[in-house]
Amino acid sequence: MRKTFESEIQQLKDEVLVLGSMVEQAILGSVEALKKRDVEASRLIYEADARINAKRYAIEEQVMIAIATQQPMAHDLRLLASLLEVSGELERMGDYAKGIAKINILMGDQPLLKPLIDIPRMAQKGADMLHRALTAFVNEDAETARLIPYEDDEVDNLYDQIYHELMLFVIQDARSIERANWLLWVAHNLERLADRVTNICERTVFIATGEMKEIESSRDE
Amino acid sequence: MVKPTTVENTAIKVQVKGLSVYYGKFRALTGIDLTVHDRKITAIIGPSGCGKSTLLRSFNRMNDLTPGCRMEGEVILEGENLLAPAVDVVDIRRRVGMVFQRPNPFPKSIYENVAYGPRLYGIRRKSDLDEIVASSLKSAALWDEVKDKLHQSGLSLSGGQQQRLCIARALAVEPEVILMDEPASALDPISTLKIEELMQDLKKDYTIVIVTHNMQQAARVSDFTAMMMIDEQRAGRLIEYDATHIIFTRPKDKRTEDYVTGRFG
Repeated sequence: MRKTFESEIQQLKDEVLVLGSMVEQAILGSVEALKKRDVEASRLIYEADARINAKRYAIEEQVMIAIATQQPMAHDLRLLASLLEVSGELERMGDYAKGIAKINILMGDQPLLKPLIDIPRMAQKGADMLHRALTAFVNEDAETARLIPYEDDEVDNLYDQIYHELMLFVIQDARSIERANWLLWVAHNLERLADRVTNICERTVFIATGEMKEIESSRDE
Repeated sequence: MVKPTTVENTAIKVQVKGLSVYYGKFRALTGIDLTVHDRKITAIIGPSGCGKSTLLRSFNRMNDLTPGCRMEGEVILEGENLLAPAVDVVDIRRRVGMVFQRPNPFPKSIYENVAYGPRLYGIRRKSDLDEIVASSLKSAALWDEVKDKLHQSGLSLSGGQQQRLCIARALAVEPEVILMDEPASALDPISTLKIEELMQDLKKDYTIVIVTHNMQQAARVSDFTAMMMIDEQRAGRLIEYDATHIIFTRPKDKRTEDYVTGRFG
């Protein structure tokens, strides 16, 4: 029985990795589409969010079945509970990508307020953190997981920079408010995404050690 | 001494100190230190042959009945060392009752099964006995099922009912501690559930120590869990003791982890 259970757990971890890469692609793709003002690409990403949601529900169901049939304890129980949590986090990150896609669709024919430089950087950084956080998660590598949240400062700094830059546009020309606001929302979504990466890292530490603790990056303190 | 990390404000009922048990030259248990809390359920878990039942039987000197058995250390019930030579073993077994794996009613009526103990301790008046029988059967959640057939044989009952009859029999002498050695392992799931629910009721008045092979049962019913294993000399040791929720979600000892997750045992 232990063998069956272990292969079920491995399969669940694989599924979470698949979900993670769907989210990663959606995030990078949504920002790329915005940068190019490719509304059609954004529409596809917007619609693809349903597949991310479906994947999350499928994982949730598998976890429920494993809990019901295997009655997991200790490490196994922490892992399965964390798989539920992490797939939920990933699904919400998918919603951020969907939100960014929606902004591009809403902008219609209007040009970008400014060429995108820092926003793609934020997206790249966030996706990179997510990728490494998920790798640490499936490997149950608490050491790595403890360090990743500190990189959130970089994302927060980029957000501040974007915020100030956009405010300058607004001060100079009040008519730019709407276009500035759109970009601010994009940046906000990316900032939230990186915060959720921290939640995944906290789960990894929990699985490995049983400790449920918030990892605070320097900015949160 | 292994102490639970989360001890609620409860009094200590039984304190086991440096307990070792020998069968002839063979040491079955070694250096057990354990605190049993008052009106709580303490589960003893561990692989077969690790000494769980031997430890349980030390609480009412049942091991005395095994030839060649010798005990060292102390088992202190409310300040009194049960292992001291001067102790009245009959009195201990009244204060510390026991329920076994297979229901073992006497081949007598339901009434007589419950009245047997009180009679042994000198209660003769019929009205007193009637009252004890009724209240014990009520406490064992069996009264409603048997009140109209108290004079039928105890053996006519179903397995689950027989086990509750044995619990009623134990309760009839007003024990302080109830020992349960795999009390539900011979029962179907519904009867098991009834016993488990009964345990929750009983712990309002009694301290319960249960040995179980069923990890889910230990997790469901107990407040504290003691994990035992044999060492290299094949002697049973207590390797971890903590609040049940800790043992089953984040045990500290790798061997406990492996056991509760089914990696061995």
